[in-house]
Amino acid sequence: MSGLWRNPTARLWVGVAIAVVVLFVVAPGTLSVFRLNLLAKFLCLAMVAVGIGLAWGRGGMLTLGQGVFFGLGGYMMAMHLKLADAGPGGVPDFMTLYGDGTVPGWWEPFRSPVFTVAAIVLLPTLIAALLGLAVFTRRVRGAYFAILSQALAAAFAILLIGQQKVTGGTNGLNGFQGFFGFALSDPANKQMLYFIAAGTLLVMVLLVRLLYRSRYGELLVAVRDQENRVRFLGYNPALVKAAAFAVAACFASIGGALFVPIVGIISPADVGVVPSIVFLVGVAIGGRATLLGPVLGAIAVSWAESSLSESFPSFWTYFQGGLFIVVVAFLPGGLASLGQVWRKRRAVEAPPDDEADDPAAVVAEPEPSTSGRSA
Amino acid sequence: MNAEKTPGSPAAILGEGQLDPDALEAVLAAPESRFRHDYLEIRDLRVSFDGFVAVDGVDLTVTQGDLRFLIGPNGAGKTTIVDAITGLAAATGSVRFGGVDLLGKPSHRIARAGVGRTFQTASVFDELTVLQNLDIAAGAGRGMRTLLRRRSGVPDDVAAAMETVGLTHLAATPAGILAHGQKQWLEIGMLLVQDAHLLLLDEPVAGMSQAEREETGQLLQRIGEQRTVVVVEHDMEFLRSFASSVTVLHQGRVLSEGTVAEVQADPRVVEVYLGSGSARAGSSGSSKEA
Repeated sequence: MSGLWRNPTARLWVGVAIAVVVLFVVAPGTLSVFRLNLLAKFLCLAMVAVGIGLAWGRGGMLTLGQGVFFGLGGYMMAMHLKLADAGPGGVPDFMTLYGDGTVPGWWEPFRSPVFTVAAIVLLPTLIAALLGLAVFTRRVRGAYFAILSQALAAAFAILLIGQQKVTGGTNGLNGFQGFFGFALSDPANKQMLYFIAAGTLLVMVLLVRLLYRSRYGELLVAVRDQENRVRFLGYNPALVKAAAFAVAACFASIGGALFVPIVGIISPADVGVVPSIVFLVGVAIGGRATLLGPVLGAIAVSWAESSLSESFPSFWTYFQGGLFIVVVAFLPGGLASLGQVWRKRRAVEAPPDDEADDPAAVVAEPEPSTSGRSA
Repeated sequence: MNAEKTPGSPAAILGEGQLDPDALEAVLAAPESRFRHDYLEIRDLRVSFDGFVAVDGVDLTVTQGDLRFLIGPNGAGKTTIVDAITGLAAATGSVRFGGVDLLGKPSHRIARAGVGRTFQTASVFDELTVLQNLDIAAGAGRGMRTLLRRRSGVPDDVAAAMETVGLTHLAATPAGILAHGQKQWLEIGMLLVQDAHLLLLDEPVAGMSQAEREETGQLLQRIGEQRTVVVVEHDMEFLRSFASSVTVLHQGRVLSEGTVAEVQADPRVVEVYLGSGSARAGSSGSSKEA
């Protein structure tokens, strides 16, 4: 079994099999429609987390503004659902309520489902790529990048609130009837949405795994740790970082788009500063540099939030804050690094020479030098 | 940082590395003609930080096949010149290498023009293995499709460089746990796979043992026969053994230039750099700056 565990390909398939069984068999079989829908919502948030893991964990970009891309995807989907509910040529209900009852020109293309899906995938990616390129070329990083991204999230939420006639303002967009022709009131369709979310998340995790193991993944870590060194090797670090940032934005946007039919509402409260930080908390707790840490962390934190706030409504925020502080202070690698910490502690207590897989034992076998010259 | 081989230090665990000059021949196998017209030409270089003039009108010409040492007391502007050449410090004047004007170009373009550098503190990618470090150094010209795939096997140039700097047996070791000297060698290996035509080395033997210095010096000499090499160094003994020419800097200006013997005989150098008597320079300990 341990031999199997060490083979990366075998580990991959075992992991995928476990994920498929849990997501597609166990969860739908044991959870009520309400709970399954809740899990689907958490999976959408986990999509954002996968992207943050890539951008922050591997790329070192502390992005506090993923709410912007989550919101872009969510609002684009919501616009389409609203227009589809209103029928061909129809006007969404809230527009007649707050506005003059006409659909603005930039809403019109979102009547097309194909355009909407393409825009959800491409638009935030493009925006993030351009923004990232501009910001990283100017060598904005660390706390400055974090503040900048957070300011964007704040500005985005304020913009949405201010444009009530076309965005629904504080109430956001809600009351969707259908999803690409499927009635949202039907529990079977709710389950279908869950399956779509689970499948999408699985694909995202596998994509990120490919990225982590590719040469690009190695380069991204190099940029995170020694940006200047990479520059003097002839790479443009801004391009490397912008690419990871764009992928993270794409994932956030898709998460936001699926969040809308599953939860039934998107509002400025889902995209502003606070949700943007909450995205990060799950990633930090789970372990930002690992593949599964961000996903499991995000799901666990959202799950804890919803179950704890059911019993102690005002208690959750304190608990979340406390957990965040404990993890950042005592376990910077997140819960995913617990095993590593434990192994290290055990290695210190036990004499190292009886450890077969001790790294020092492996590297201590000096190969005979082929050099004919001695110094 | 000192790299003395005390028991329990990383160096002791990793075993004594050895440079492999035979493998270097594979790295340097490229036709000599590729390097023939390479020369570094610096004219009237000036660098100032908030009014403080760190480099004040330096002229410097280093040709292919030269192993040039830059020396001078602290604050003489040695590292600043390297920074200016590589685009890290804004400068005026002119810096040309291989017919390309370098000043004003972003650092990564300067690197693509064939200029490679190391830093005073060894800056390798600690979390990546020796192989990954070298593979990244070799890959600045790679396209999207190669980047998005996994590395399959070890590229030939990477293997040859790894052999040259004696780190083949440590290919899978994270660079962060290498001994200090091995990190410096890894950096030189990265310059080789990067295919730098101009190598700017900032204190490449700092913290190395005597044997390691000797090996490094011979390696640099061999590289210098083919390429253009500039070394910033404090260690006078190392300089005397391996420099083919020396430029002495003082307060941002060139004080003296020539062979080791010429420079040592220059009374101005003796006065400002070597202090009261050149005899003091005999021991590397006293000639090293704090």
